[in-house]
Amino acid sequence: MKFDFDNNIPIYIQLVEQLKIYIISGKFKPGDRMASVRDLAFQTKVNPNTMQKALVELENLGLIYTERTNGKFVTTDEKLIKKYRNEYASNLSKQYFYNMKNIGINEKEAIEYLKNIGGNK
Amino acid sequence: MELLKCINLNKSFGNKKILKDINFTIPKGKIIGLLGKNGTGKSTLIKLINDLLTITSGEILINGESIGVESKKIISYLPERTYLDKSMSVDEVITYFSEFYDNFDAKKARKLLKDLDLDTTQKLSKMSKGMQEKVCLVLVMSRKADLYILDEPLGGVDPATRDYILDTILSNFNEGASVIISTHLISDIERILDEVIFIDDGKIILTSSSDELREKENASIDEVFRRMFKC
Repeated sequence: MKFDFDNNIPIYIQLVEQLKIYIISGKFKPGDRMASVRDLAFQTKVNPNTMQKALVELENLGLIYTERTNGKFVTTDEKLIKKYRNEYASNLSKQYFYNMKNIGINEKEAIEYLKNIGGNK
Repeated sequence: MELLKCINLNKSFGNKKILKDINFTIPKGKIIGLLGKNGTGKSTLIKLINDLLTITSGEILINGESIGVESKKIISYLPERTYLDKSMSVDEVITYFSEFYDNFDAKKARKLLKDLDLDTTQKLSKMSKGMQEKVCLVLVMSRKADLYILDEPLGGVDPATRDYILDTILSNFNEGASVIISTHLISDIERILDEVIFIDDGKIILTSSSDELREKENASIDEVFRRMFKC
């Protein structure tokens, strides 16, 4: 696991985002056991306290859960994972339209651009 | 209980006040950045905590006790410039540390040094500056201490060596132990800091959790530091 960080944004927020992507993309599968806080911190080269904070946040989102003696697991609630994936995809799309609008391309044209890229592949 | 507490700490050399009314506490299990420009009192503060200079007034408590022989056992200190005799080989230095410190884990040190692909019969004086710094850091991090104090561990080393040093710090400090890192090279190190202490002209001018500071200022610690100390 290699994450790139932007020092201008709180590190734990970036960790939550990156780990969320691992879960919604299926790199971490529903029911998978998570590595320990210390291992995850070492793999991503962050402070264990920061990783702990990120995991608490992920747990608040319902994306992971703790089994008291066993450690942390990815949620088995696939509906929830799908919901977060949709949310994420929708944000990416909005961002695309926003950026296109910034360079003077309206929504309809922006969709045409997308279709063309799709067609070229 | 706090691991380290400085109370109304003052240090003067002659008439010159170097540290002025320093107050802060460091809990267990945190990595703290002691950040300030050159010549603002960082190293003096660190030397006081290590009982290498005498306090002019005020108090330093480690685990609730005044500093002294006992605190030296649980603090592992990396000075800005090494005190090691450079005519010693790495093997000799390991023996020296084993005899000197009860809590030195020679096996761990050898394992870490092995990753450096280093000939341990080689004298320190024959090594590059970067390699010497790595060896010193490995020795310091191989003690099972409660508090690691690293004075400018990144000074004068290349970016790859910096990464090695950060990794070594992150993966080797004891669970429950704390690390104080003094530096002016903030952008390289800020990712791993829990908390920051800004020091200027012998005074503490800011203490904060690093992520809270980023959130509040919408900027990196490095950027906040630059804004605050614009020359």
